[in-house]
Amino acid sequence: MMPALGALPIVLALLGAWLALGAAGLLALERQVFVARVLFPLGAALGAALAVCAAAALAEPPQSLVLPLGPPGLPLSVRLDGLAALFLLLLGGVSAGVSCFAAGYFARREGAPPGLICLAYHLFLAAMGLVLLADDAYSFMLAWETMALASFFLVITNDRDAETRGAAFLYLLVAHVGAVALLACFAVVANAGGGLGFAAMRAQPPAGDAATLAFTLALVGFGAKAGLLPLHGWLPEAHPAAPSPVSALMSAVMLKTALYGMLRVGLDLLGAPAAGWGVALLALGLGSALYGVIYAAVQVDMKRLLAYSSIENLGLMFAGVGLAMVFEAHGKPTFAALALCAVLFQALAHALFKSLLFSATGAVLHATGERNLGRLGGLMRYMPQVAWLSLVGALTSAGLPPLAGFVAEWLLLQGFLFTPELPDSFLNMLIPVAAALVALIAALASYTMVKFFGVVFLGRPREPALTAAHDASLPERLGLAWLAAGCIALGLQPLPLLRALDDSTRMLGAEALSATLGQHTWLVAPVAVERASYAPLLVLLGVGAVFALTFLGVRQLFHGRARRAAPWDCGFPLQTARMQDTAEGFGMPIRQIFEPFFHLRRELPSAFDRAPRYRVTLEDRAWRALSLPVARGVEACTRLVAHLQQGRIALYLLYSFATLIALLLVTMP
Amino acid sequence: MNAAGVTAQTLDLLIALTLAPVLSGWVAQCRAWLANRSAPPLLQPFATLRKLFHKDAVIAHDASPLFRAAPYLVFACMVVAAGIVPTLSTNLPLAPAADAIALVGLLALARVFIALAAMDLGTAFGTLGARREMLLGFLAEPALLMVLFCSALIGHSTALTTMVETVADAGFVIYPGLAFAGVAFTFVSLAENARVPVDNPSTHLELTMIHEALVLEYSARHLALLEWAASLKLFVYSCIGLALFLPWGVARGAAASDLLFALPALLAKLAVGGALLAALETVCAKMRIFRVPEFLATAFLMAVIGLLVHILLAGEA
Repeated sequence: MMPALGALPIVLALLGAWLALGAAGLLALERQVFVARVLFPLGAALGAALAVCAAAALAEPPQSLVLPLGPPGLPLSVRLDGLAALFLLLLGGVSAGVSCFAAGYFARREGAPPGLICLAYHLFLAAMGLVLLADDAYSFMLAWETMALASFFLVITNDRDAETRGAAFLYLLVAHVGAVALLACFAVVANAGGGLGFAAMRAQPPAGDAATLAFTLALVGFGAKAGLLPLHGWLPEAHPAAPSPVSALMSAVMLKTALYGMLRVGLDLLGAPAAGWGVALLALGLGSALYGVIYAAVQVDMKRLLAYSSIENLGLMFAGVGLAMVFEAHGKPTFAALALCAVLFQALAHALFKSLLFSATGAVLHATGERNLGRLGGLMRYMPQVAWLSLVGALTSAGLPPLAGFVAEWLLLQGFLFTPELPDSFLNMLIPVAAALVALIAALASYTMVKFFGVVFLGRPREPALTAAHDASLPERLGLAWLAAGCIALGLQPLPLLRALDDSTRMLGAEALSATLGQHTWLVAPVAVERASYAPLLVLLGVGAVFALTFLGVRQLFHGRARRAAPWDCGFPLQTARMQDTAEGFGMPIRQIFEPFFHLRRELPSAFDRAPRYRVTLEDRAWRALSLPVARGVEACTRLVAHLQQGRIALYLLYSFATLIALLLVTMP
Repeated sequence: MNAAGVTAQTLDLLIALTLAPVLSGWVAQCRAWLANRSAPPLLQPFATLRKLFHKDAVIAHDASPLFRAAPYLVFACMVVAAGIVPTLSTNLPLAPAADAIALVGLLALARVFIALAAMDLGTAFGTLGARREMLLGFLAEPALLMVLFCSALIGHSTALTTMVETVADAGFVIYPGLAFAGVAFTFVSLAENARVPVDNPSTHLELTMIHEALVLEYSARHLALLEWAASLKLFVYSCIGLALFLPWGVARGAAASDLLFALPALLAKLAVGGALLAALETVCAKMRIFRVPEFLATAFLMAVIGLLVHILLAGEA
């Protein structure tokens, strides 16, 4: 293969093919079956091809191209390096599973015409690909905005629903607040002398206050997209409103583009990071993660729960980036590599399990018509395949060995354990406490996932209609199985990916991890075997062997007789499905322990009520505190503008005239 | 992997499987003596296990495969955990498979499965038990990790075998950080093993149960495996505690003489530890479930203080 070209043209061709599929959808606007059975599976195949290409490009040297597209003097320049290849691998792998699922999911009519959904969906995918490839600020912002708009139209698919419209407009608003911050950030960086190209920015990064300003703006812009506190409010609104495959893509891939952007700008374009940035990211990330997981634990809507869990995961990833920055600023590039590997591994793991879980909620939604945990239950008996596949996702999300989520958590904790080697004694003291917070967040995540899986799939159906639920269609199950297989494979054999990550973190200023990572076939030992090691496959084999031996041994030595009876439940004669824990009940300990976090309203029944009612409503405290004053401020401003609006043409012409004069005065030398 | 290592590993597993019920029996015996009752024999847990294995299992009508698989899985997790913790020797071929953090993950996996199995039938007590178990889990896990971090910083490793070797090699050096961590670890172990003051292993009062509520629907071989797993868990926690805080006597190699010395040392340490646990359970009263967060938060803070003390002193030196 020619070294000058490599994988980049193929990747571009695949993105172009996605666009073509979208255009084909426009031609087949109302042909539901054609769109669902032909276009979406083709999109899935393109995703798989993209994943293969990106995996091949991981080891290749960076390649760049200038595309002769766009306005004169502003061509699109693209570049494929290790970091971009990794995120393209994520995009391809996840979209293959999700598009396959979508082929089943969109076989049923959602609000908008199927062809339009197909167009927005594939435009969204291609735009995300271009975000990852962009090599100058102009292409980046173009792709970024296309991505935001395409996803906006996907969120608003069911536009008849007022709640959906509200959620979509909120999303659009926050996306643009973020985009404005990014634009300003690129302006600051370009102003340092380099111009709009990323290569030029890299060569002449801003220094001092300008760098910190650029970093802060980037943090606002990417943080808004990633759902970091306090700009997280759109996430739990937009995800439930969107169709499930779209929520899956948004949560799994689009939020990762924010992480990619943060890595690209914070560690690549801005040069050497300051330790203060790292500490800020660490604090903000961990705060968001804790906030997200606590809110996830008390949600009663499946998709809102998963959306808050995404806030948690992205928070952890940003905290990991912060840790890497701290290490780099203090001249410990090897440890920075460890933290970055943890972040990137978690990005992949999260993309796989979150798209799996969001898709599974889509299957449940189609089978039962319910998203509310209080009306679900016992689905393991009626849709066993979806249930088992979601169990894989839930266990990965809970960060349990031997699945992918645990590897990421393990690496991150190992990274935190190296902080005592930092020369700064303040950080020495602070960061172990941060590690404790990571442990708490991980433990709360497993609480949340037990709640999610237990309430939806286990127990007894809480509504009689649930007994008619059925397993998902074949393409849907295939998509779920693809994503679940990814969770398992990454968990059992993380080494090839870790080695590839080790290569791609080097361009972010980190040094390679020790050679031990390459020496063993099954043992993950990022620094030294004596220091820390983990062999997921060996653990699984051990557990599996003991499981099988016990199973056979008990049958051999004793017997395997069993008889069926009614559940015992301490001998209580009356047992109904209403007596099991509801989602609210399962979240109650969290509500009680973390009460200051919530804005709670309780309606308690009294002894004299005719119709006693118990109701708890929970509101997002941080979002309320931020959004209400802003909304009030905007309203006050619009009232001021109303004074200008007199409804007389002559006056409006006068305004235009005055504006022109003012502009001329400003621009004339 | 050498023959000596394999011998030590096999011995380690066999000892865990046999000693674990004995340890539970010993604690029960001590408790009976302290309460001025006549005690059951030391090997009573084995008799109970045998009885349970012989019975026919009774399974609820709509139990899913998850419910039937969970006891085997939980038992397997505990056995593997016991294989990783250095009880007799640090020369364990299985040990590199999982360091202390992975061990916590393995224990968490067992916890999640038993909680899911308890939710499977949708009975009131099952879900109550699952919720409480997960509550304890998320409170205890960070505290446990902090304890392990404290030891990891001393040993510059999260591998249990290296931690043991570091502390044992240092002779009788007293690490002040470890003292705090030791107290925290005791608190966590009490909570994790369903002991007083957090839970009562011999309770039959429905509303206060945690562990018993989880296994309420199980009978016969499934119950036997879960009970065995519970005693293995107590054994594993005891051995982690011994490995972190009192590692003296654990053999380095797998030479027969080393192991011969390590076994009596282990038995003596476990006997004293079990008696102390029984004494603690006798003098303490069980607390309300919503006092438990406070209890475990104390443990967590103790562990963090231990960590900070260690970092401060290490910085001075």
